[in-house]
Amino acid sequence: MNVLPVGDDALLVEVASGEEAEALHAELLRRRTEGALAAREIVPAARTVLLDGLADRARVAAELAAAEVPPAPPRAGRILEIPVRYDGPDLADVAAHWGVAPREVVRVHTDTEFLVAFCGFAPGFGYLTGLPARYDVPRRDTPRTAVPAGSVALAGPYTGVYPRSSPGGWQLIGTTDAVLWDHTRVPAALLSPGTRVRFVSRGHRGDG
Amino acid sequence: MTDRALAVVRAGALTTVQDRGRPGHAHLGVPRSGALDAPAAALVNRLVGNLPGAAVLETTLTGCALRPRCAVTVAVAGAPCPVTVDGRPVSWGAPVGVPAGALLDVGPAGSGVRSYVAVSGGVLVEQVLGSRSTDLLSGLGPPPLCDGAVLALGRPGGRRARVDVAPQPAPPAELVLRVAPGPRADWFTPGAVRTFTSRAYRVSPASNRIGLRMEGPSLERARPGELPSEGMVLGAVQVPPDGRPVVFLADHPTTGGYPVIGVVRPADLPAAAQAVPGTPVRFVAVGAR
Repeated sequence: MNVLPVGDDALLVEVASGEEAEALHAELLRRRTEGALAAREIVPAARTVLLDGLADRARVAAELAAAEVPPAPPRAGRILEIPVRYDGPDLADVAAHWGVAPREVVRVHTDTEFLVAFCGFAPGFGYLTGLPARYDVPRRDTPRTAVPAGSVALAGPYTGVYPRSSPGGWQLIGTTDAVLWDHTRVPAALLSPGTRVRFVSRGHRGDG
Repeated sequence: MTDRALAVVRAGALTTVQDRGRPGHAHLGVPRSGALDAPAAALVNRLVGNLPGAAVLETTLTGCALRPRCAVTVAVAGAPCPVTVDGRPVSWGAPVGVPAGALLDVGPAGSGVRSYVAVSGGVLVEQVLGSRSTDLLSGLGPPPLCDGAVLALGRPGGRRARVDVAPQPAPPAELVLRVAPGPRADWFTPGAVRTFTSRAYRVSPASNRIGLRMEGPSLERARPGELPSEGMVLGAVQVPPDGRPVVFLADHPTTGGYPVIGVVRPADLPAAAQAVPGTPVRFVAVGAR
């Protein structure tokens, strides 16, 4: 665990893997809930957790430097199901990258339990992990200027769902009607770090 | 429509509703947003007797013109500018009474970038995650003002301040930004780190509420590639592939993959919000507190 100071009142805690970041994030949330950690923001990311707005940074840094990354707690809580039509314009390209038929992409994607590792890019945009590393895909060479809201997409090791129409370079494999972000809803974000997700097929290209 | 409202006669280049923003939601990808020159926004609220969290208007370079449908107290501060009511000059940086139906004109900034306009009762647009701020990165909050828009106002609470003209810092002729090194200074060559804190930069016209972009020497990386995405803080100086530093302001993205060479002291960011394009910039290395 590498603890880096950021500005005057933040720490960036760097670990070796996404799994360790998930475990550290869970531990830091637990400490904040217990009142043992005063932080305005706890922001998990790919290999790090950022603690911003720390009341007593020196003490937190010393505690973290002396700590081991805790083992990941068992995943608990219900699994959110997101219905998807696997009709994305890049489904064939993804299948080619994987060296399988498009139907097999759908099977693998719907058989995988995902976890929202972190959010970013836009409110409610989650970076979901769960696919084995052999299914990593590159971003598109030329990003699209407008990706429709609800697009289910792959890039690198991640699956994501676009909460609203925006430019994007991810590979689009499908579409969902699920509302990823609604600021009048509580909670506004359908996906937050730690949420377990399973995608459920509502059909794919080539189906009658 | 209630008569506690404000009609937008001239929206100006970019006028947004701002309050203290929505910190605490970065883990959902939600920027903090809020007034860039927070002390100026707090001052105008105090001058008209609003609570500190009331929403104000933030103009950009060209001001705006407003017609309240009821008698209000207003105050304009931040970037100095001419202020008139029905064509008559009134005080900048002080509470001013505006009769119902009169035209309040907030003129172009004589120096600085952003003027702040508080109206007694505050601007009452819908709150999103506890804030009325417009966030230009994510689109949360109300859209920027447009000509003809009508904004509801809250009930006035406190008394207006008894001051003639409140003292304020002048917009910077040279912007000096104190910067704590890291967390990714080791991604740059030692020469680049020296360049960053010794050479002169200028504020780029491409700057906005997301970031203050720099023109000047490119900072050479000691290693190629991108970092895995990591959390970003206000004031982070991120260096994209073109090597020119960007200082993150209130609408900054919550995560990013370009390395952060240092973090600007929060106390120096209000001046950064008032630095016009072309302003000379120096980054001065300081130790972390």
